[in-house]
Amino acid sequence: MKKILLASAASLALTGAAQAQESISLGVILGFTGPLESLAPGMAMGAEMAMAEVSASGMLLGGTTVTPVRGDSTCIDASAATAAAERLITSDGVAGIVGADCSGVTTAIMTNVAVPNGMVMISPSATSPALSTAEDNGLFFRTAPSDARQGVVMAEIILGRGIDTVAVTYTNNDYGLGLADSFQAAFTELGGTVTLVAAHEDGRADYSAEVGALASAGGDALVVAGYVDQGGSGIIQAALDSGAFETFVFPDGMVSQTLVDNFGSDIDGSFGQNPGTDSEGAALYQAMASAAGYDGTSPFSAEAYDAAALILLAMQASGSTVPSEYAGSVMDVANAPGEPILPGELARGLELLAAGQDIDYVGASAVELIGGGESAGNYREIEIQGGALTVVGFR
Amino acid sequence: MDILNAIVTLLNFVIIPATAYGAQLALGALGVTLIYGILRFSNFAHGDTMAFGTMVVILCTWGLQGMGMDGIGPLPTALLALPVGIAVTGLLVVGTDRAVYRFYRAKKAKPVIYVIASLGVMFIMNGIVRFIIGVDDQRFADGERFIISARTFRDMTGLEEGLAFRTSQGITIVVAVIAVALLFWFLNRTRTGKSMRAFSDNEDLALLSGINPERVVMITWLIVAALATTAGTLYGLDKSFKAFTYFQLLLPIFAAAIVGGLGNPVGAILGGFLIAFSEVGVTYAFRKVVEYLAPGDWQPEGLLQLLSTDYKFAVSFAILLIVLLFRPTGIMKGKSV
Repeated sequence: MKKILLASAASLALTGAAQAQESISLGVILGFTGPLESLAPGMAMGAEMAMAEVSASGMLLGGTTVTPVRGDSTCIDASAATAAAERLITSDGVAGIVGADCSGVTTAIMTNVAVPNGMVMISPSATSPALSTAEDNGLFFRTAPSDARQGVVMAEIILGRGIDTVAVTYTNNDYGLGLADSFQAAFTELGGTVTLVAAHEDGRADYSAEVGALASAGGDALVVAGYVDQGGSGIIQAALDSGAFETFVFPDGMVSQTLVDNFGSDIDGSFGQNPGTDSEGAALYQAMASAAGYDGTSPFSAEAYDAAALILLAMQASGSTVPSEYAGSVMDVANAPGEPILPGELARGLELLAAGQDIDYVGASAVELIGGGESAGNYREIEIQGGALTVVGFR
Repeated sequence: MDILNAIVTLLNFVIIPATAYGAQLALGALGVTLIYGILRFSNFAHGDTMAFGTMVVILCTWGLQGMGMDGIGPLPTALLALPVGIAVTGLLVVGTDRAVYRFYRAKKAKPVIYVIASLGVMFIMNGIVRFIIGVDDQRFADGERFIISARTFRDMTGLEEGLAFRTSQGITIVVAVIAVALLFWFLNRTRTGKSMRAFSDNEDLALLSGINPERVVMITWLIVAALATTAGTLYGLDKSFKAFTYFQLLLPIFAAAIVGGLGNPVGAILGGFLIAFSEVGVTYAFRKVVEYLAPGDWQPEGLLQLLSTDYKFAVSFAILLIVLLFRPTGIMKGKSV
């Protein structure tokens, strides 16, 4: 027992020493293995590029450099994710965490590790509406919008096209249910009618029964809140085959090249939305990513860059790397008033903050934090025209 | 007009899909019932035998498509690949029998031992299929997708409701009828078929009259391979192929075989259609049909759906339980379980 006490005292002392020195660590917890493993590298590269940029500038707190430390969230295994976060905090002594990616593991890390340890977390991609109201002691932020916001945007897009009755089917998990709920509430409030909200299970061979029920309920369009690689495509296939629906609405889980590869011009006139912006920052970021040798348009990569940048700018603004001290500055640097800061301009942001001036971090994803510290959200409206995904506007 | 619309809706969402599904289940249940009748155990590996056969057909179809084939006229290329699939699956199941089941036959093991052994075979086959073709959705259908599509039907008839009849559904029904006719002809008219029935009815008498048991067993496995591959390919064409969905099919297939009476081929067919129509009928929302039929503004408020589609598999379970409680030998008097 004595030895353990001694060891932990020693490691505490080391951590303290490390923070006082000229280098700090930031944790990057993403699902490097698991269902989102194809997205994780692009996100990690984004976060690490922001850290490298700040280190190279030599402006952070009088020349401190930043080292990234990766952890694996696995996206689905809460205990593995929690253990990874524990390790980052206790043995690597990180001063902040970029992550996690999936909503479920993000909640687990936040309640079990981040809040008890007073650690700041900024997630680039957790979109569950439940995270907006979770007890976070002001330590949790996200540069991704809540699906509650997507529900409203989707409702506006549908009504804007003159469609006022729809049926909804969602994949039976936290993502699908959260999105379906928020959409139904928004759509009904704006005067539309939802004829039926029905769940579907992923990984079935046949969805004709599900489509049969949706067809009976009727509606001018079918909202498919699912995954394109899973049941979502099965639902669309069954609906097209039986002639039940011809127009579909696709939220972010469905918008992908796979969709048009599968169905081509059969779904012409269907539409949807996914997070995205046409801001100057997005274009700048993509150019920077290409120069660094990775794809900046990969989903949530820009959001990850912004998450890391926000942590570092908040440290500069508060003059401290202690999470409880800089957490209060995250909202200040993210929002107006102040000088707008784009990707690649982090050095200027640090300089302005050092001089005691306000900044408004815009970044790669046009960050605007609202409510309990989550992105207000920018969405691309897409339409299938002639068998191709076409961007028709931004919201 | 309203009556026509109601009929078309019912055809489109209940009768046609359930008939195709029933035909697929019937072919699967025939395989299960033959094994039960002749080898006297419930073969849990049947679903994955179907998956294996379909996998071979898919690989072969891809080969043919790679050589520039795009369907045999309006029919899918997979039909051409079917014999290859049957042959390879036949080799696999006969090999399995030699390696696993013959050992237990020599020891005169109890049926439950066979069942557990078949469970092991199931996991191995499932692993092989996943290993070779992967766990993702595999597409292999080509040729004409529809005999008549919903839009064409609407334009043709001017009715409000569409009626879709897919090529895969048509093929399923035709192929199932041919396969069943061939099977019954074989069992009732040929010498080998008669010896199989004799073996099934009374093993000791059959052995006394000089029937070679190993030959009967081998032929049974070959027929089962043909039925399983055909059923699997039709299901894959009609719905979709994923390595693990065939495992989920095991429940309705067994329900069909048991409801019809295990060991009774006619029962298996009846059971297949009974399960399919119950599954589709019970989970279908009848609101639209009633809307067309009901007079004036007598419109239903709810969906008129007995069970949510989430409980589809519960339907086969429920029927299975009821039959086992009240008529353990099944509708057509099979062997009791």
